[in-house]
Amino acid sequence: MSSFDVTVRSAGLRRRRIVQRVLAIVATLCALAAVTMLGIVIGSVAVKGGSSLSLDFFTKPRGLYGVPGGIADAIVGSALIVGIATLIAVPIGVLVAIYLSEFASKGIATFVRVVLDVMNGIPAIVVGIFVFGVLVTGRGQSALAGSCALSILMVPMIARATQEVLALVPGGLREASLALGVSRWRTVLGVVLPTVTGGIVTGTVLAVARVAGETAPLLFTSSIAANAVNLDVSQALPTIPVAIFVYSESADPHEQALAWTSALVLISFVLVSSVMARALSARSRRKLTGGH
Amino acid sequence: MTTTAHDQAPAGLEGGRLPWRVGDLVFYALTAAASLATVGLVVWLSYKVVAQASGAIQKFGLSFIWTVAWDPVKQNFGALDFIYGTALTAFIALLIATPVSIAIALFLTELTPRWIRGPVGTLVELLAAIPSVILGLWGILVFGPWIAQHLEPFLERRLGFIPIFSGDPSQAGMLPAALVLTLMIVPITSSLCRELFSRVPRDLSDGALALGATRWETIRGVSIPYAGPGIVAAVLLGLGRAFGEAIAVTQVIGAGSGFPTSLFEPADTLASRIASEYQGAVSGLQIDSILYLAAILLVISLITNVAAQAVVRRFERSRGKIA
Repeated sequence: MSSFDVTVRSAGLRRRRIVQRVLAIVATLCALAAVTMLGIVIGSVAVKGGSSLSLDFFTKPRGLYGVPGGIADAIVGSALIVGIATLIAVPIGVLVAIYLSEFASKGIATFVRVVLDVMNGIPAIVVGIFVFGVLVTGRGQSALAGSCALSILMVPMIARATQEVLALVPGGLREASLALGVSRWRTVLGVVLPTVTGGIVTGTVLAVARVAGETAPLLFTSSIAANAVNLDVSQALPTIPVAIFVYSESADPHEQALAWTSALVLISFVLVSSVMARALSARSRRKLTGGH
Repeated sequence: MTTTAHDQAPAGLEGGRLPWRVGDLVFYALTAAASLATVGLVVWLSYKVVAQASGAIQKFGLSFIWTVAWDPVKQNFGALDFIYGTALTAFIALLIATPVSIAIALFLTELTPRWIRGPVGTLVELLAAIPSVILGLWGILVFGPWIAQHLEPFLERRLGFIPIFSGDPSQAGMLPAALVLTLMIVPITSSLCRELFSRVPRDLSDGALALGATRWETIRGVSIPYAGPGIVAAVLLGLGRAFGEAIAVTQVIGAGSGFPTSLFEPADTLASRIASEYQGAVSGLQIDSILYLAAILLVISLITNVAAQAVVRRFERSRGKIA
């Protein structure tokens, strides 16, 4: 890397100051643009979705063509699918994180971390295609298949988040517990894990917020479903993201309105949980690192 | 954040000569099994996605990759148009997102008082939390029409002599797809770049400032070279995201085919074609061809991600851990 000689540039101080000013303005404008885009997207969803928001929207399933209805069927479907995915992914993610931070040798830990990061980068639609091939071909779509696809996306997120907070737990805590004659497994479950519950909850909430809006893995696993409230997870269930996806390409203004209102429900859930998770994470980190 | 060396020490429970009890062994086996299962799943997924495509691979061979065809009636399929669409939209998205992300990261680390950093940083990261299907919905019904009525006529008037900015404005096409992808990449790359810039050793940038460099010269001469490899990794991760995004792109790209030279025209990417055919595929060969597209997409994104990880590991070895 060639070194950059800053001392040679003593001439033209005025020009240099102007360059500095211009670039500071450009950087500020970029940050402003990103925040503005966030505002525009949320604003559009709020304006277009807010007008037809009512209690019926949450309590009634979709009506037949032309008949106004709610989105209760998709809310139930999404809750079931994401809930089961969370139940699968949290134990696995936490166990992997415990293995990484408490037991694995350095080399193995690095390897597993790289695999988790690569797993995190696998496109959601490819995960959907994989589950389609394993669980859907021959059996048909089901909510369970959708949950499996979402849990594959959640595991690396939860494992990495948990492992990062576990690394913050002071080693002295473990040593103190071991010195008292407590076995390793009880040290982890009784002493180490309770100090990082906040971090695990944060990681889980962020993962839930992300997969609640995932559409691609559900297209091939749980998309062809009746628009009725259904609790049978062995069948395909309607979900909010798939409903938005289908209605967004519709020319019917009623269906577009339904898409916008569903989007408002989904975006509210996602943003509120993300912000809450962030606040919680800041608090639990402060507690762990003691001050600042 | 103040952490003592003691806190930083690896926290293993090897514990020297401490006996391993039955519970310890069971617990160890459980955590190791979960890790093994996760690694195994990634291997299985990669194998399965490629193996699923074997029908199409046998029928079309590798020439599928450079064949231009998607004809369910004549049962003739190829992937080159989609590879072109994927590469072009991702390239344009990165072209815009990279400088913008670096600028945002610099704004958040070097140019603003501390009390602005937190809120603005959080807002930029919240952009990443918006589900892609909602960005796509907004893309079709709000952003696309705006592009067709204002942005594309403007580009055509000013830059119409360049082929990529010529032709009739349209609501769906590669330009809206690339811009929606930009919106998705910027929060990811900018938060990574922000992390990188905050790791630049204080004494290096202070040294440059003390020599009379302006803040921008310090950034150009110290921060950016220091963070360089990390920025490359951040861009690669953004690229992986752009390649793999299916839903929002399907919604705004307009399901075209061929090799449109103008960004105003519809096209399709690997991921968006897979997503748009989820109900439409009828024949076995068409499904096999979709699976083939998925296999190509998987291979591309694995290569991109592994490359990004390799760059990150090298960076961490030479400059300490990134977060």
